[in-house]
Amino acid sequence: MSDDVLVSARGLQVHFPVRGSGLLRRTTGAVRAVDGVDLDIRRGETLGLVGESGCGKSTLGNALLRLVEPTGGSVTFDGTDVTGLSARGLRDLRRRAGMVFQDPFASLDPRRTVAQTVAEPLEVHGLRSGKRERAARVGELLELVGLDPAVAGRYPHEFSGGQRQRVGIARALAGEPDFLVCDEAIASLDVSVQAQVLNLLRRLQRRLGLTYLFISHDLSAVRYLSDRIAVMYLGRVVEVGPAAAVGGDPQMPYTQALLSAVPLAKPAEERARERIVLTGDVPSPAAVPSGCRFRTRCPYVFEPCDRVDPALQPAGAAGQVAACHLHGVVGTPVAQEQDAAAPSRRP
Amino acid sequence: MTTPADPGPGRTVPSTQPAPQTVTDRPPGAGSDTAAGTLRPARPRWRETLGLLARNPTALIAALVVLGMIVVALLDEQLAPEGPNEIDVGARLQPPSPDHPFGTDDLGRDVFSRVILGAAVSLRVGLIAVSISLVVGTLIGLLAGFYGKWVDDVLMRLMDMLFAFPAVLLAISIVAILGPGLTNTTIAIGIVYIPIFARVTRSSVLGVREEVYVRAARSVGSSDVRLLARHVLPNAAPPIIVQTSVSLAFAVLSEAALSFLGLGTQPPDPSWGLMLSEGRGYIELAWWIAVFPGLAIFLLVLSFNLLGDGLRDVLDPRQRTAMSGGRQ
Repeated sequence: MSDDVLVSARGLQVHFPVRGSGLLRRTTGAVRAVDGVDLDIRRGETLGLVGESGCGKSTLGNALLRLVEPTGGSVTFDGTDVTGLSARGLRDLRRRAGMVFQDPFASLDPRRTVAQTVAEPLEVHGLRSGKRERAARVGELLELVGLDPAVAGRYPHEFSGGQRQRVGIARALAGEPDFLVCDEAIASLDVSVQAQVLNLLRRLQRRLGLTYLFISHDLSAVRYLSDRIAVMYLGRVVEVGPAAAVGGDPQMPYTQALLSAVPLAKPAEERARERIVLTGDVPSPAAVPSGCRFRTRCPYVFEPCDRVDPALQPAGAAGQVAACHLHGVVGTPVAQEQDAAAPSRRP
Repeated sequence: MTTPADPGPGRTVPSTQPAPQTVTDRPPGAGSDTAAGTLRPARPRWRETLGLLARNPTALIAALVVLGMIVVALLDEQLAPEGPNEIDVGARLQPPSPDHPFGTDDLGRDVFSRVILGAAVSLRVGLIAVSISLVVGTLIGLLAGFYGKWVDDVLMRLMDMLFAFPAVLLAISIVAILGPGLTNTTIAIGIVYIPIFARVTRSSVLGVREEVYVRAARSVGSSDVRLLARHVLPNAAPPIIVQTSVSLAFAVLSEAALSFLGLGTQPPDPSWGLMLSEGRGYIELAWWIAVFPGLAIFLLVLSFNLLGDGLRDVLDPRQRTAMSGGRQ
């Protein structure tokens, strides 16, 4: 991909052990929340991450910042391997990479004032010495996110959802980060407020040169904000590419179904178009199907799908990559060497 | 995990196409809910708490009684009309009278004066013992609840071992090991109540540690110590505060029980429990010797309990949000 990659995941895995109920609580299986993700996020871009509930989007976002410990693979942040960081290195990572959380009612400590919340990163990283400088910086940050600095002494329960989310963004920006993970950052806001927060994020990106991983199940919001889009299904990234390509000409059957679920605002077209409705439920991430993980619901399933786990490969004319056997070996029986190449998917 | 490509629970996908850029610069408070709209100074939480407490008459009276007892204990020498150990053989076993409001005991000592001086003993034992169990128990509960896994297993099994013994029996054993006396009694009572605080704290911490704001604080680089001190402990505190007031009552009772058994306060020093014990031999002859210290214990314990109940109500976040108009 591009040379200027800020965050990069290679074969990233987060498996949560499933323990038996016996006395020894032995591990009897694993929920594969993130299961071998390869992803590059370029400096200054917004990468939208979409997928249905439970597909591992949030876990992936958390794992990139090591808020959840990866169980395999690697994460590189600006050239440094994040998985082997010391306590000190980890603290520095958390200054340079922040997170905006979904629920602004839950993500602010109810017993701390806005000023205390926003100042926390400053204190942790020793960024401003002295009470006065810190207070001034808190005021700057609040202004940056469109809040009146005079509200600094108030408690979260005195604010509306949108205002709280702005406080959350101000906290995430306090350490002057390069990278923000926005984990469903607008999902619990009113629709009118969603647009405001989206525009705020966009304006902040231009002004501060931020890189975003924008996690959302809201495809319209993702298309509005993102330069590129990654689609996740059952713990794996199954399609990545420029927003226009993934949004306009999806190559992976799952992405096609996902996009066809978005209603159009034009009634005539909406009535005329054909929806792809998937049958069945998402398999449990504790029992991932063999071969292609989408095969149990894919309308195009054919010969290699249940045996070979497809790798991301160039698909379509617009420059995206997709993990699907329809691209590469269309119609031909599976060659033996592809079988052998399947376990180690990356060169 | 419902239909494929579920855009979200009960949510239609909003059209977020080009919205005017200006909306981001709107003044704060515009179009939001009431509280944040107008600028008023933030009301500190303790004032809110006091305000709520004032609306709970039982708790308020209980708080005043406790406060009164503390004042009495502090002013003991000034308030007591006679020395607690002043023996007046000519005035033995006298019933309550203007001279001796609570009567006199078998040695002619003024029961009223001894009850006043006993307040200091009871309260001191209660406060110090509960401080011991509060500090140690809360620390153990914090660590066990926050770190979980083997830390939790080891610490809580130790607490279970302490918990397995009946409280008074354990206190007696500890005093028997340390030797009788007021200091040792206080320490023994403190140890006995450690597991209660550890359990209450742990269960409260188990809920708080999963809160998003704890993860958010971690995401900006806060250390564990900082997380515990700034976020987990303050939010886990309400049940601990309530437990403190309830335990104060139990500690006072335990001191009385141990003194009654001859392990706590040593004669001739006055302590409510000891006076009760000494007075029981004369209960048919001179009921006032035992009844007045008994009443004092009853009043203090009842007040601590009612105060604890009141604090529990006041510190319940649902009550608080109901008072301030709810979330939105």
